[in-house]
Amino acid sequence: MIFFLTAFLVSVMAAATPLLLAASGELVAERSGILNLGVEGMMLVGAVVGFAVGHRTGSTALGVGAAILGGMGLAAVFSFLTLNLLCNQIAAGLALTIFGRGFSSLMGAGYVGIAGPALPKLNIPVLSHVPLVGPVLFGQDALVYASFAILAAIAWFLYRTHAGLVVRAVGDSHDAAHALGYSVKGIRQLATLFGGAMAGLAGGYMSLAYSPLWAENMTAGRGWIALALVVFAAWRPARLLGGAYLFGGVMYLSLYVQGVGVPIPSPFVSSLPYLATVLVLAIISRDRRRIRLNQPACLGKSFHAVA
Amino acid sequence: MPIRFEPRGERSTFWIYASPVLAIVLTVLGTGVIFRILGQPPMAAAYTFLVEPLVEENGLAALAVKAAPLIMMGAGLALSYRANVWNIGCEGQFIVGAICAGGLALAYPDAPFWLLYPAMIVAGALGGMITAGIVAFLNTELNVNEILSSLMFSYVAQFLLLYLVTGPWRDPHGLGFPQTAMFSDNATSPMLMEGTNLHLGCVVAPLAAIAVWILLSKSVLGFQLRVVGEAPRAARFVGFAERRLIWIALMVSGGLAGLAGMFEASGPIGQLTTNLSPGYGFTAVIVAFLGRLHPVGAIFGGLVLALSYLGGDAAQIDLGMPNAVTGIFQGILLFFLLACDILILFRVRVVSAPRARRQAAE
Repeated sequence: MIFFLTAFLVSVMAAATPLLLAASGELVAERSGILNLGVEGMMLVGAVVGFAVGHRTGSTALGVGAAILGGMGLAAVFSFLTLNLLCNQIAAGLALTIFGRGFSSLMGAGYVGIAGPALPKLNIPVLSHVPLVGPVLFGQDALVYASFAILAAIAWFLYRTHAGLVVRAVGDSHDAAHALGYSVKGIRQLATLFGGAMAGLAGGYMSLAYSPLWAENMTAGRGWIALALVVFAAWRPARLLGGAYLFGGVMYLSLYVQGVGVPIPSPFVSSLPYLATVLVLAIISRDRRRIRLNQPACLGKSFHAVA
Repeated sequence: MPIRFEPRGERSTFWIYASPVLAIVLTVLGTGVIFRILGQPPMAAAYTFLVEPLVEENGLAALAVKAAPLIMMGAGLALSYRANVWNIGCEGQFIVGAICAGGLALAYPDAPFWLLYPAMIVAGALGGMITAGIVAFLNTELNVNEILSSLMFSYVAQFLLLYLVTGPWRDPHGLGFPQTAMFSDNATSPMLMEGTNLHLGCVVAPLAAIAVWILLSKSVLGFQLRVVGEAPRAARFVGFAERRLIWIALMVSGGLAGLAGMFEASGPIGQLTTNLSPGYGFTAVIVAFLGRLHPVGAIFGGLVLALSYLGGDAAQIDLGMPNAVTGIFQGILLFFLLACDILILFRVRVVSAPRARRQAAE
């Protein structure tokens, strides 16, 4: 029983981490008023770039760094399109996802089916051998811990620092923030790049830790689920944690059920996370007032400084 | 900054039409750079990708076959996006349309053509409409964002198709491939030209696009859809039924996607398989934008993007390049399209640095 529980918790954490990483980046971008639907594309580019660099150099650290840069590169394109050229954010985000799919499958064509380096588990001495909590709390890879640390840092930044207040102000009323002399464009550029870096990191986690290999479209909609998680969390970092682990659980469950041979056809089980996403969105969004109160008021709106 | 954008104050008629053309030119140049990076001579590769598919024997018929589903879906999406309803789940609606029509074809292979084929058309359109209808219900009743839900159902539809063609509907004589039996002759789209795959859907697609255009530009309903999209507050004050319009936008785009799926399954493919669509539903988003969110423009957009599929195949066969080049081409095209649209509302001015400083100081 304890064995099972330990294995369950460890697997859920592995499944939840990429969701948590990608969603925390998108949360910051959305708090500044940027709706970037390109998370899936940025994750794919992060995954393929991270794997390629990790495989060539044999260093997972360099791979993770490259994945972050890959996601940021795509986010820079998004930022240029929406903030400099005032494009529709929805369309630009879709373009990012379409391009990311094509780019990653072209670049990854030579890497399919090759085993790459895997991010080592930290296995803190003594503590990681404690039954149940040991492997779960002290035997994970560095990015799992990093995902918690980053989320805590985001929560502190958004609610406890002046800069965080400015980011939220830009997202809630870009006109007021502009009138106060803040650079709406500059702040949004930074937030977009941060979102891209986190999505790239999430992709890198997929191809360097979750399953250390490259497969076409390996993120399988996780970028979109991360977008839904931000809505689920009502744009608040603390609730993001719960949402990511809930979905990590659903994803693990759909793998587990297929593994033990429950007599449900596997395609139905595989579609579980996507149906769960819709269900959760329905439960959360039903209360229109709550969404309106929590959603950044300028989310998805272009801003052109006249003066 | 030496380059500045000055508002024109009105939409430039010239650039409304010129910006997609400029975007295509820039995309071809950009793809040339990518060919170069991949170690191919850019000019020759561009010829293989963009010209060769057209000058080949029956190349134009092949183009029309690829374009048919893209035009149908692109026109529906143009209407939907005009109304600010962001249906991006055409892929799923396409697949469910194909499944519903295919189910009839497999269940009644001996039914007479005049009964079976029209029934399949209705079933295909209904399948797409039901899939989009769930999205509409979730949006209007439970306030669920249609972008996310329509996309999620695309994944679910793909798994449903996988289940059917590997499970209950698998062809017992198919050597275990994930596909159904071939449809009977009575369930196959009429072919229009000997020796090609040119099927009925290739004619229906542009007609459907024109019908959507008439609906959007000549009817009160179309007017309401456009007002909801461009000035939602105004629409609310006038009292347009917003929920009804969301339903209509999704029914039209979903129904056309289902129809496209039906024609694809009963025409060039002739069965249900897991690779029913090489991402047509997502490409249709680009088609809609390339066509300026105008249903008739989708005909032009559909032809251009159909060429990118043929070009990807040609590059794979002749040059041994991965056909993911198609996806890159499509992504870059959408980037440039969106970028070039700034020319419609803004004038680009190159300002010398001292002058920019002087103006900023004023």
